[in-house]
Amino acid sequence: MSADSTKKTIATAIIISLVCSVLVSVTAVSLRPVQIKNMRLDRLQNILMAAGIEAKKDEAEKLYRDRITPIIIELETGEELGKNEFDRFLNLEDFDIKKVAAHPDYGKAIPAERDIAGIKRMPKFMPVYLVKSGGLTERIIFPLYGKGLWSTMYGFMALDRDLTTIKGFTFYEHGETPGLGGEVDNPRWKATWKGKLAFDKEWNVRIQVIKGEVDPGSAEAKYQIDGLSGSTLTTRGVDSLVRFWLGPDGYGPYFERLRGDGTDG
Amino acid sequence: MGNYKSTLLDPLIDKNPITFHILGICSALAVTSRLETSIVMSIAVIFVLSMSNFSISLIRNHMPGSIRILIEMTIIASLVIIADQVIKAFAYQISKQLSVYVGLIITNCILMGRAEAFASKNTPVKSLVDGFGNALGYSCVLIAIGTIRELVGTGKLLGFTVLPVVTDGGWYVPNGLFLLAPSAFFLIGLLIWAIRTWKPEQQEKD
Repeated sequence: MSADSTKKTIATAIIISLVCSVLVSVTAVSLRPVQIKNMRLDRLQNILMAAGIEAKKDEAEKLYRDRITPIIIELETGEELGKNEFDRFLNLEDFDIKKVAAHPDYGKAIPAERDIAGIKRMPKFMPVYLVKSGGLTERIIFPLYGKGLWSTMYGFMALDRDLTTIKGFTFYEHGETPGLGGEVDNPRWKATWKGKLAFDKEWNVRIQVIKGEVDPGSAEAKYQIDGLSGSTLTTRGVDSLVRFWLGPDGYGPYFERLRGDGTDG
Repeated sequence: MGNYKSTLLDPLIDKNPITFHILGICSALAVTSRLETSIVMSIAVIFVLSMSNFSISLIRNHMPGSIRILIEMTIIASLVIIADQVIKAFAYQISKQLSVYVGLIITNCILMGRAEAFASKNTPVKSLVDGFGNALGYSCVLIAIGTIRELVGTGKLLGFTVLPVVTDGGWYVPNGLFLLAPSAFFLIGLLIWAIRTWKPEQQEKD
């Protein structure tokens, strides 16, 4: 039988497809647990980094369990979600912001004129991570995201228990130009957020990323962050996403509740 | 034996897939902004190209002409998915930076080119050597470009500071252009010019 006969052609196609699909499935299925573990560890390390806790890969899991109390809040009301309301999408193990935002019930569209972060849809619920020590909440860490120049940037911000002082800021996923906008990853730049004030006394969102360098003598300096040189649009994106998530469409109602009954509760 | 040697070594400079055949340029632009990603990409291509050449050569006498390209694509695509999954499992940080480009090895012209031009006509072991050699030639260019781009663009190599940059209190002002794709175009162009000046027999006749 020649290699070009119809029978042989079909037989070859079937055999090759079978062999290839078995190889691919075996690899994908057997490596899946390792990949999920990697993604989880990466997220934990970022949460810990925002919390100001240095964590190596192998101790991240333990430190996270010891130090961090995760909760889920409803953004609109600022209320904490009870454990009995958790389900496949809303849970603390693998809360996937992208999936929840796209979900018809758990996500919502943002009216264009208020969508300063450029994200179109957002989850109605968000996980918040509390750093506790001796029963008291020390820091509040929350995820935030928004559009940069090329990509959607995902990060965490940590606020002090006074709900004003920024304690940490980090991006864990972005696709900005390496070396220019990608410098949102730069530890030195991220460190400049530490100690800045997110709100003024009247609880207006004041923090902003400016173009160029902050003049340390100015009265506004405590609300301002140096822009990244060579990446005007990425910087503008960071500025907008921070203001969006701190504002009334983001965690505003949650912060208001906390201010009402104190962070110690 | 000398035959195997030239099969392995020719693609390094004399018949380099990037500088001589001008193939695989797109990935060479995309992943070379840093040395680390260049190296991981190189390893992935070495694995995929060696294995695809070997397997395609194994079945070359049973290959029905009408679906030859489809079968080659299926084999290449499967190998690429395997490589991508392994990188995701064991080098998660790097896989985030490489993003889609490992998957795009499937469309890398070097793979189809070697499958068609070599593996379908030669014995499996010889095809394996040819695939390995070509991937090595691709890697040499990738790593050279990656080294220059990361060093000039950020003052670092593999993330370690070589030239202390101004923003970290040093003296070196990094050239951001080298981190953008066009710089790889310039560098590859200069490299081709240099090689063809050194080896005029590579020059194309008008």
